[in-house]
Amino acid sequence: MSFNKPLNWIALKTLTTKEVVRFTRIWQQTILPPVITTTLYFIIFGNLIGPRIGKMGGFDYMDFIVPGLILMAVITNSYANVASSFFSAKFQSSIEELLVTPTANITILLGYIAGGVARGIMVGVVVTLVSLFFSKLQIYNLTVLVSIIILTSTLFALGGFTNALFAKKFDDISIVPTFILTPFTYLGGVFYSIKLLPDVWQTVSHLNPVLYMINAFRYGFLGVSDISLWTSYTIIIGFIIALFLINLRLISTGYGLRS
Amino acid sequence: MTSAIRIRDLKKTYSDGFEALKGIDLTVEDGDFFALLGPNGAGKSTTIGILCSLVNKTSGSVNIFDTDIDIDFAKAKSYLGIVPQEVNFSVFEKPWQIVQQQAGYYGLEGSVAAERTELYLRKLGLWEKRDSISRTLSGGQKRRLMIARALIHQPRVLILDEPTAGVDIEIRRTMWDFLKQINEQGTTIVLTTHYLEEAENMCRNIAIIDHGSVVHDSSMRALLRGLKTETYVLDVECEAVALAPELHWRNRDACSIEIDVPKGEALNDTFSRLKQQGIKVTSMRNKSNRLEQLFLGLVDDNTSSSSEITGETDK
Ligand SMILES: Nc1ncnc2c1ncn2[C@@H]1O[C@H](COP(=O)(O)OP(=O)(O)OP(=O)(O)O)[C@@H](O)[C@H]1O
Ligand SMILES: [Mg+2]
Repeated sequence: MSFNKPLNWIALKTLTTKEVVRFTRIWQQTILPPVITTTLYFIIFGNLIGPRIGKMGGFDYMDFIVPGLILMAVITNSYANVASSFFSAKFQSSIEELLVTPTANITILLGYIAGGVARGIMVGVVVTLVSLFFSKLQIYNLTVLVSIIILTSTLFALGGFTNALFAKKFDDISIVPTFILTPFTYLGGVFYSIKLLPDVWQTVSHLNPVLYMINAFRYGFLGVSDISLWTSYTIIIGFIIALFLINLRLISTGYGLRS
Repeated sequence: MTSAIRIRDLKKTYSDGFEALKGIDLTVEDGDFFALLGPNGAGKSTTIGILCSLVNKTSGSVNIFDTDIDIDFAKAKSYLGIVPQEVNFSVFEKPWQIVQQQAGYYGLEGSVAAERTELYLRKLGLWEKRDSISRTLSGGQKRRLMIARALIHQPRVLILDEPTAGVDIEIRRTMWDFLKQINEQGTTIVLTTHYLEEAENMCRNIAIIDHGSVVHDSSMRALLRGLKTETYVLDVECEAVALAPELHWRNRDACSIEIDVPKGEALNDTFSRLKQQGIKVTSMRNKSNRLEQLFLGLVDDNTSSSSEITGETDK
């Protein structure tokens, strides 16, 4: 199979633009809700309850939870973007208009992922700006922050893609967020340092990949983490490679796309 | 000269075990205007789906010009423009977005993509509608949008799966003229249709498939030559008429009759016999169901869908 580089480059730009246009057009459904939810978290946990909790990991509770809340919004949105956009393209059959062209499978995958990453980052930035009203955020390491936000949104965009490939009906794209994504993020140390947990639960928490992302991201702001930074990077990148290959394999066999 | 499309022993068994194609052979020459006919469920869309990679073939070979789809599907697909049977664009997008994005998927961008988008939206009479949400387009407009989209990369072969289904007669006529015109300019056209009149008027070559097999493949002229009778519709003065049985006539209603005339027999004989019986013919037309008769002879008599295909076309 020949790979026409200029063609695929233009196709990738086209698809990415289409994806970005899509979620910005419906910003009331894509950008606004996470901003409202996170603001409520900031108000309730940070301002109302936070002062009663005192310090967490050596920081004001508000400052401690802000990184996790931002990343939680990034995770949910990068996932949801690809899952719903790609699934509705399948559902409306409009994915066919792309499948009949010479655009390569890898380009299709990358285009959807880029759309998910763009939404993750956009929501992340907006939520970060909002958080400035509630906490005096300082940046400890910008490189870590930027790289973790990109890697995390890539990983969950890939997850959303897999979900959409397997989904047969709209319900199928809310099962994973409800039963896997939400518990994993809530238990991934957004609201607490796992050092507070009994040993057993600390060990169990280490099986949760989201823990590594949240801790690395928190490190970027506060300079502290329950986990070594390199472990975090290894695990996130490992998951990305695995999911990328799985998705690519599924598209080339036509799973869920070609009969 | 390489053929535009060359299909050999193509088979498709769907995952539920249904054998939709049982080994078909088809050749479409470069520049041809080719009709693919067959009753509902014959396997037409399946065949087209395989050509454009929406359906994975089970076995057999497909070449598009010099390219075998098993060797370089991307290149093979770059030759094709596809107009599907069902609407398959995002109904939330606008026509110009849909067409211009399609340009991008074929590697065209910037001013070329924008110019072509305008060119084809204008040609298909959709320029005024370019900024409407596609959901609000009428059925015929949606179909034309898909034609514009399929032409954006100026494909060498345009494949249309029932392009005129649900399109009013005026637009159908303009669409025919349009297709004839791009065919004259060198684009090979393959279309499926249930309007036999359409195939008869436009196509040079024809293949008929039924139950996943090709039951006929020849030029249109050769196919029509095989006809043994012509059918005429005569409007007569509204009186109860009783014709001599040897005339093979049927009453359509009180004021018109249908007569089958064996090929080669002069019409004069028919008219003199009508005259003998005192029947006054006020007008006469050819019932253009010649292809239909043939078609019915070729496909299974018990095909449940034959009534749809024989819908009269002489209106
Ligand atoms: N995805 C699928 N899974 C199982 N069977 C299928 C699938 N798609 C099509 N078929 C079956 O394959 C046969 C051929 O279908 P196809 O769509 O190719 O027919 P067609 O000639 O285009 O008919 P029509 O004129 O109604 O469009 C039909 O019996 C259909 O039910
Ligand atoms: Mg069909």
